[in-house]
Parts: sequence; C-alpha cells; structure tokens
Amino acid sequence: MQNQQEVNRLKDIVQNLLDEAKQQGATAAEAGLSQENGLSVSVRLGDVETIEHHCSQGLGITVYFGQRKGSASTTDLSVESIKETVSAACSIARYTSEDEYAGLPEKALLATSFPDLDVNHPWAITADEAIALAIECEDAARHYDAEITNSEGASVNTHQGIHVLGNSLGFLHGSLSTRHSLSCSVLAQRGESMQRDYWYTVARNANNLEAAVEVGQKAAQRTLRRLEGRSLSTRQCPVLYSAEIASGLLSSFIGAISGGNLYRKSSFLLDALDTQVFPGFVHIHEQPHLIGASGSSAYDSEGVATHTRDLVTDGILRSYVLGTYSARKLGLHSTGNAGGVRNLTIDPGVLDFDGLLKQMDTGLLVTELMGQGVNILTGDYSRGAAGFWVENGQIQYPVEEITIAGNLKDMLRNIVAVGNDVDYRGNVRTGSILVERMSIAGQ
Amino acid sequence: MKILNLAKQAILVPAGIQDADIEKIMARLLTSSVDAADIYFQSSHSESWVMEGGIIKEGSHSIEQGAGVRAVSGEKTGFAYSDRIELPVLLEAANNVRAIGRQGQEAQIGLIHAANTVQYYPVANPLKSLGEQQKIDLLRQVDTETRKLDHRIEEVIISLSGVHETILVANQDGSLAGDIRPLVRMNVSVIVVENGRREQGSMGGGGRSDYNYFVELNRGLGYGREAVRQALVNLEAQEAPAGNMTVVLGSGWPGILLHEAIGHGLEGDFNRKGTSAFSGRVGERVASDLCTVVDDGTIAGRRGSLSIDDEGTPTENTVLIENGILKGYMQDKLNARLMGVKSTGNGRRESYASLPMPRMTNTYMLAGKHNPEEIIKSVKKGLYAKNFAGGQVDITSGKFVFSASEAYLIEDGKITRPVKGATLIGNGPDVLTKVSMVGTDLELDSGVGSCGKEGQSVPVGVGQPTLKIDGITVGGTSV
Repeated sequence: MQNQQEVNRLKDIVQNLLDEAKQQGATAAEAGLSQENGLSVSVRLGDVETIEHHCSQGLGITVYFGQRKGSASTTDLSVESIKETVSAACSIARYTSEDEYAGLPEKALLATSFPDLDVNHPWAITADEAIALAIECEDAARHYDAEITNSEGASVNTHQGIHVLGNSLGFLHGSLSTRHSLSCSVLAQRGESMQRDYWYTVARNANNLEAAVEVGQKAAQRTLRRLEGRSLSTRQCPVLYSAEIASGLLSSFIGAISGGNLYRKSSFLLDALDTQVFPGFVHIHEQPHLIGASGSSAYDSEGVATHTRDLVTDGILRSYVLGTYSARKLGLHSTGNAGGVRNLTIDPGVLDFDGLLKQMDTGLLVTELMGQGVNILTGDYSRGAAGFWVENGQIQYPVEEITIAGNLKDMLRNIVAVGNDVDYRGNVRTGSILVERMSIAGQ
Repeated sequence: MKILNLAKQAILVPAGIQDADIEKIMARLLTSSVDAADIYFQSSHSESWVMEGGIIKEGSHSIEQGAGVRAVSGEKTGFAYSDRIELPVLLEAANNVRAIGRQGQEAQIGLIHAANTVQYYPVANPLKSLGEQQKIDLLRQVDTETRKLDHRIEEVIISLSGVHETILVANQDGSLAGDIRPLVRMNVSVIVVENGRREQGSMGGGGRSDYNYFVELNRGLGYGREAVRQALVNLEAQEAPAGNMTVVLGSGWPGILLHEAIGHGLEGDFNRKGTSAFSGRVGERVASDLCTVVDDGTIAGRRGSLSIDDEGTPTENTVLIENGILKGYMQDKLNARLMGVKSTGNGRRESYASLPMPRMTNTYMLAGKHNPEEIIKSVKKGLYAKNFAGGQVDITSGKFVFSASEAYLIEDGKITRPVKGATLIGNGPDVLTKVSMVGTDLELDSGVGSCGKEGQSVPVGVGQPTLKIDGITVGGTSV
C-alpha cells in the first residue's frame, strides 16, 4: 500500500535524525515528523470563494546531553537540513542548564501495542464534488427562511496526516489519520438586529459526517433564534451550559489538574487529589482507545502508552494529567498525557435537554461564550456570554451583551445536572451542564 | 533595492530560482483569465529560550520556509503552497490554482522589476544580535533581580524569543518586493504567595528590533518589576463589581478596546460582504467627536509595523475614525478591487501556507485634551481598568469583550482599592459614542499583541490615551 510505503520512508528519516543526534554526541534524543495533505473549498452565495490545496511537512528533534536539553525544528526534510537541525539542537543544549527532571520517558511506559483505532479514512472527493457539497449545505441555510439575508459561506475540508514519533530508547512508530469537516455560517436580519451563527460537523470518516442539508439548516436555525437579543439586568441565577460549549468547563478543569500547572503551583486545584471536586454523581473518564473518535491514539506525544482510566469517580479527583517531565517534578509517573487528554467523557445523566430546562425552571441558557476570562491559578471566571432567558422551563427570549462570572472551584462543586444530549464531535464529550448559581452582569 | 537583493540572496539564490523562473510560474498562473496573481516566498528563522525555577530550562530553534501561489478571478481564489522552494514544485502548484480562472484572454505578464519600498526597521538578524552566552546572561540577570524584589515571590518564568523573517512577493504586473522583518519579544511572569493566597502578574514587550532592545534602558528588568507590582496588587484584590458603570481605561495596552470594538469590524472583507455591524456606514457618526482612530503600519520598530504588507503594498497611516465620523476601512488587494478602492497596505498572512486577508497593524486613538487625573476625578463611582488580557468580537452583532487583569474601584473621584480581573462587554458600533473624556497621555502598548482571525495569528500593536466611557458592562461577581 502506497501510504504504508510513505510511512516507512518517513520512519527512516526519523531514524536518521536519531542516529545523527547520537553521532553528534547526544546521550538521548526524541524526534517527530508530520506530513499533512488536504483540500479546503469554500463557497459563498452559491459560488466558489476559495480552493486551497494543502501540503505541508515538518520535523522536530529534542536532544539530551545528560540532563541538559535542546530542541530544533524545520520544514526542510533534506539530508543536509537534518544534519543542521540536529546540530542546532545540540548547540542549544550547550547553554541550557542541568535539569534533574529532564529526559525521555521510562522505557517500561512506552507503548508496545498499536491497535487499529480506525482513524484513517481518506475521502476521495474532488474539488468539484466538494464545491457541490458546500453549495448544497449553504443553499439549505440560505433558503431556510426569508430572514436569512446574507452568508459567510460554507466550507468542506479534508485532511490526511502522517505522524511519526521515535526516540533513542527504540520507540519508532508511524500513524495515519484523517479528518474531514463541513461547516456553514449565515446571517439573519430583522429590523436593526443582525446576527450570525454557524454549525459544523467533523469526523475521521466522511461517512459519519452529518448530512449537508442538516448542517445548513442547523446553522440557519441557530442564527434566527438569536435575532432581537436583549441584555439582562444584573442578577444571580442558575446557568445551563449547552452541550457544545460545556466542554470548555471541563477543559478548564483539565487545565487545573495538568502537570505543568500543578508543579508551577498555578492551579486552583493544588493538592486536590482524593478530594471532592465535583458533586457525587459526577464521573469523568479518559477513553483514548475509542474506535474512530477524534482524540483516539495508542500513545501520547512522548510515545507513552495511553490507557482508559477514571479521572473523577463519585465526584472525587482520582488522578492528575501528567507527562513525563511534570510527573517527575511531582514525584509521580507519567499518565500518558503528554499533549493532553484523549476523548474525555463525563457520564451523561438521565435528563435530556428539555428535562434540564425544566429542572432549571428559571435561569440563563448559555450557548456562546466570548473571551478568555478564566484564571486557572485562582479559578476566577468572568466571560462574555449570549444565550436565552428561561422561565418555567421554557425559552423566553434571546439574550446578549452580558457576562457570567464565578469561581471555578464553586462552579464545579455546584453542578446540579449533566444532560444526556452529548456532543460527540470533539475531544471532550459532554451533555449540557447545569450550574446552580452564577453572577450575571448586564444593563 | 538593497532589501530586495538581500531577500533574493536569502531565498531565491539558494533555491537556484531566477527572475525568469518567477516569470515562468507567473505565466503558468495567467494562462486563463484571472484578475490577479501572486507568488509569496518566505524564509523564517526563529528561536526561543525559557528560564524557569532559576534554571535555563528550554531552548529551541526553528526554520520554516516555503512558497504560496495564488490566482484570483472575481471573488474566487485558487491557492496552493509548498515547503519546497523548487521550480517544478511551484509550477505544479500553479497548475493546481489556475483552474480558478475564467475561460478568456490570457492576462499580460509583466517582466520582473523591483518595487520601491521604505524600510521601518533594521534588517540585521536579531538572533545574532547577542551571543548565546549573552542571551543566557540577560535571562539570568532578569531572573536574579526580579526574585530580589519581594519575599513573597515564589516563581519567576522568563521567555525570550526572536524571529528573523525574509519575504518576497511577486505580482502579476511583474513587480517584485522584498522585506526583512526582525521581531523580538521578552516576557516575565511571576507567582507570589501570601498567607496561602496565590496570584500572578505578567509583563513583556518587544518589537521589530533586536535583543539589545531589552538591554537598553534596562527594559528586561523593568518587565520583571512591573510583573511583580501587578502580582502584589492582585494579592489585595477583592471581588469585582458587576453591572453597567462608568469605566476609565488606562493608556497603552487597554487600546485593545479599539482593536476589538471597532478594528475588526472595519476590515474590508467583512464590509465587502456586508457581514459587519459597520457595513455601509462610512460617513456616519460611530464615536463621540473626541475620538480619532488610526491604523498605522509605518511607525518605526513597532511590533505591528510593516514596510510592505504581505501583498507587497507599502503600509500606510489609515484614518479609520476622524472626530467621531467613520472614514474608511482597512483593505487588502482583493477586497479593495471588489469595493472599487485602493489597498491600504493591510493585506497580511500568517505564512506562505495561508491566504492573505485584511488585518490590522498598529491601531490606536489619538490624544485628547484632558489631564488623566482630571478624568479620574470626574468619576463619582466606577472602575479604573489599567491592564488587560485578551479580547474577542462578534463582528456581525458588534458585541465585543476584553478582560481586565488589573483594575481598581473609583469612589468620589479617587482610586480606592484593587478588584479582581473581570471581563467587560459592550457593543462596538456604540461604545465609542459614550467616550466623554480623552486624555493627553497617548501611549502605545509595549509590544506583546497577537491577533487571531480565521485561525491565522499575526503580530499587532494597539494604543490609546486614558479615556472615560460613560457606561459599559463589567462582569464581576459582586452583584
């Protein structure tokens, strides 16, 4: 198979890099190489806007001279460039300090089995077919309602990547993966009120993408429902994070239990291991070996084997999220999380979205968040928001130009319910999340 | 001419590409009827050093190079790029993108000739402006001196980075323009602890200069002092207020207000498509008559400055708002042509692998006539926001946010006590109509801004004098 030949060719380059590092005196080394190919087309108002052909590559190496390290990277894969890149990394290692925690992962933790996680499905779509699909999607949005007055267009993207990772402990593996997506963004106008929203679908296998018409219609519905939004008066009330943005709450939690923030003591969850962080009904797992999922991989960005594991059970924090360096700084072992978590899943509850609205009764449904406004060190949280005001479990009217604020420590502990309306598109899989009370600032 | 020759030496000569080869690629792009075509070559060398926990922990070096070819026909764009600057590869890329053109007469190909440009920054390689040991010594000095400032300092993290980038742009008329762009940055962040409470502070700066910038005027040490000052202020901060109130914004970096509230909304692409809250509003009042706002890529040595943009157009000082009236938009070539105006030199791209689009350079408000103290004194109850983290805008609804990282209550005309950071949210098209006082103290930021649009990040600058907004929503927790 042609792809496998290419993987082998790139593996040879990575091995050459590692050999060259040894040649230049490094006591240990780790190298990675990626190559990406793809096509993106976008259409707007029924006609082609851009056709982009993607083809990029890059390699990087980290060398160790005892406990000192240096890194270098390049987009040039030629033989001379490899020599120069290794030499640049070695030269840097002459100036960095001895760091007793620096070094490759323990050999015993490296992945030795590589199950087929079904993440490679090239999409044989031509530019013309992609254009037709994007137009079908945008048409569905534009013709959905007379108040859809303008469009930012629809786009189809398809990418295949080859990633090779190797180190001087003998780890050398290459993997192929694909990612395809279809998205649409339209505008609606009623009087002075102009709004824009979007929808997208993304998958490893193009057969799992939502239908183009469905994506377009959702984009239109999401835009129309925002028209004539108003602000709220300043108050405190329950807040329901819709599933597609609730993942952000969990990402902040993961940030706070990640090794880098823990050893720097810049987390609001220092020393929180084995303590109650969430209410008792919350269970959070990492599932890196899910078949065909967006975050699936047998090993992390250092080659350490990934494992299906619990991060939170009964609301109690059971494990941190660590790579090799941060683990050593904390006197622990890598959890296979160099580069982050993979397919993080919070167990869905029994209520669907309407059930959550009823449980909230009166409060704010948030469907969009703006700005950073999250301080992982203190947990202080203050972000711009848009969504809907809810009374008697029913959506009343759209809301915009408000902020929601609180402290993440309280917000996580005061989660009242997790919905079963799970958004499976991303690396964090969650239903909508209801938080008991937050501060709303508005007019 | 000198810059162009240096740029050719850096990119084309090693690749064995001659002027005639560029004409050949251009000819391939122009075989169908297209309105514009360009070839963009880039070679970028960068490095970064990190000091943490009192040791030089990390260093890295990176080389990125490649070329992108583009053909434009009406509103349609074909684009391909490669990491390999080789004639056969670029001819193949040209084959891929020319399909965008209409059937029709072939466009005329111009012979390669040098474009005239003015240079706003030095061409020397900043990575070589200090020896490796001197870079390490600089980091160690800033670390040692910063740690001495207060016994509550628990950790100091310092980063130093530099980029030496060379670009060449060939346009279909045959003009070939080159630019050599240095960029350096240093950042100090500290964590302080007192009675179990931890807070952080961070300060950095830089520009299109070399590493001596941080040695001169002891700027590097100054970043350390400022980071510590902010962190200690945060130790005292209490809950921030919530609701609509009068806000006084400090000078300099709080100019991120302008970037988010009006800057993005005045980019040509959104206005050509009619998707911006500012679309079709040139000539209308969008700010109080105290406000004049410009986007200026021509300021010497600033982080957001460019001698030419990424389409080869010289940058300008573009008036966006004059005495409250909307004057015009920021344009790249494609959107300028479709709107029947001239490019303002705002066509920028993250790299050869991305398409250019209208982007800001240095966006700031001109000084007014009020003394900054007088502005604070005029506020009975409100917020003084001195420093900010990032921001974001929805250009269609006009709603924007920016997050204060250092703020104080103003009570009876006096700054009283610090409050925790909070996000401010407002409506772009009307927030500047509520500006009732503008200070004399115009200041540009220290050179840390990066702007993201459609996944592409570019360095930018912002600035403003102290100014008073008569009502904006502050997202604190104290309801």
